[in-house]
Amino acid sequence: MIELDDVSYNYGGGELLSGISLTLPPGSFHFLTGPSGAGKTTFLKLCYGDLLPTGGRVSAFGKDMRDMDRDDIARLRRRVGVVHQDCAFLDHLSVEDNVALPLTVSGRDPQGEEANLNELLAWVGLSAQARSFPPELSGGERQRAALARAVIMAPEIIIADEPTGNIDWEMSLRLLTLLVELNRMGKTILIATHDLNLIRTAKQQVQARVLRIRNRDLQLAGADL
Amino acid sequence: MSVAADILNVLRGDPQADRVVPPTGHTAWLTLFTSGAMAFLAVFALALSLATDRLAERWSSELARSATVRISAPAGQEEAQLRAALRVLEETPGIASARVLEDSEQRALLEPWFGPDLPIDALPIPRMIDVIEDDAGYDAEGLRLRLTAEAPGAVLDDHTRWRRPLVEAASRLRTLGVVSILLIGLATAAMITLAAQASLAANAQVIRVLRLVGARDVYIARAFVRRFTLRALSGAAVGTVLGAVAIALLPRASAEGGFLTGLGFQGLHWLWPLAIPPLAAIVAFWSTRIAAFRSLRELM
Repeated sequence: MIELDDVSYNYGGGELLSGISLTLPPGSFHFLTGPSGAGKTTFLKLCYGDLLPTGGRVSAFGKDMRDMDRDDIARLRRRVGVVHQDCAFLDHLSVEDNVALPLTVSGRDPQGEEANLNELLAWVGLSAQARSFPPELSGGERQRAALARAVIMAPEIIIADEPTGNIDWEMSLRLLTLLVELNRMGKTILIATHDLNLIRTAKQQVQARVLRIRNRDLQLAGADL
Repeated sequence: MSVAADILNVLRGDPQADRVVPPTGHTAWLTLFTSGAMAFLAVFALALSLATDRLAERWSSELARSATVRISAPAGQEEAQLRAALRVLEETPGIASARVLEDSEQRALLEPWFGPDLPIDALPIPRMIDVIEDDAGYDAEGLRLRLTAEAPGAVLDDHTRWRRPLVEAASRLRTLGVVSILLIGLATAAMITLAAQASLAANAQVIRVLRLVGARDVYIARAFVRRFTLRALSGAAVGTVLGAVAIALLPRASAEGGFLTGLGFQGLHWLWPLAIPPLAAIVAFWSTRIAAFRSLRELM
């Protein structure tokens, strides 16, 4: 679904990532780990077209991202659900409207999919907060709302950047359960985290592989976790 | 075609799309005010152009076809010279008619200058012949020579001497009016571009989020374009109405008032100002659209 071939990236001050090759097959569950500043977020951004590699090529759904125009990138993002590190909500819209935002911007009528929306909000446990505004939510609620927004377009791939970064363990487990459920429904999952407990817990539930960024390179971590 | 459809779409609007960009405060009012002021000025520039256009037209068409022969001769010879001059005029090819002005007509012409009680019979006032040329026109120089020979006291005045600079001045004024309208249009475009850029910069975070959730550039641009187009349209509509009212309240041009008070619209020309609000909307549409796409290209 997403393929990286000898990809490198630098922000102008030396290479952050280099020579990375990886294929995310459909239905796979990957964790991405590594120390802060190692390039986890950069790697994820390369996967959803927020950054273009400075070397090598990235392709999504069989298409090289370099050949995509801006509208193609927009369409790609409707097929890849992303839970951003900072959630990236529009604070002047209610939680419900934020979750429905991908529908709105792709020209679908959220009113017509209200049943779906309500079901989704119930699934992430935010029915009561549907009419609240993002700044009123707790950290865990924000992450769950972000996950709901990431999956509302029924994407084939879900990418989450530190989804459990600011939330307590119980909430992390709840979020993980939701991601595992999505994986069982056939979605491809890629989660960046430095929370090793989360990875260990996940491994008991799904066939998860762990990728580690070390020294600008991406390695497949063994059973040492 | 697609642009027209785009403009229609923009005006029809999408309430959902409208809400994704947070409402803005004072910049909205500034845009409304400026486009209103610009429309107000445009109405005057338009009135100026149309009025001078009318003036130039009238001067060149009415005056071009007419000339005057003035006869100032000693009292005894006046009548003889008048007949001689008329004879010459009748024989000259290119003259459609030549008519001696009646005393009453001459009095009417002089009345504004000397008052109604002028004892016209007692004054040595020259006799006038009103000459209308036909389409072919006549040879002014030849006519002058013949008149000098037949009636030495006759002087041909074909008006070109003072008509030409007036017509020139009028068409120069009209050009200035048109240039003013263009400048007003460009200033509106510049102002809307600046306002749109300010708004896009203020909403950079919103735009980034919209891109991240899969919004196409055209969707994001439309949210801004719609706002600015509607603001420019409504501001210009108010400005145009105020400008038209101000023009309508100008003192009427009277027969004696001459051309200075002739500024204004006549008849169907009142329809011209109606074009200002749509034009302002089109200018706003394009300036915002260009500004939006330019700033969107800087994002992934």
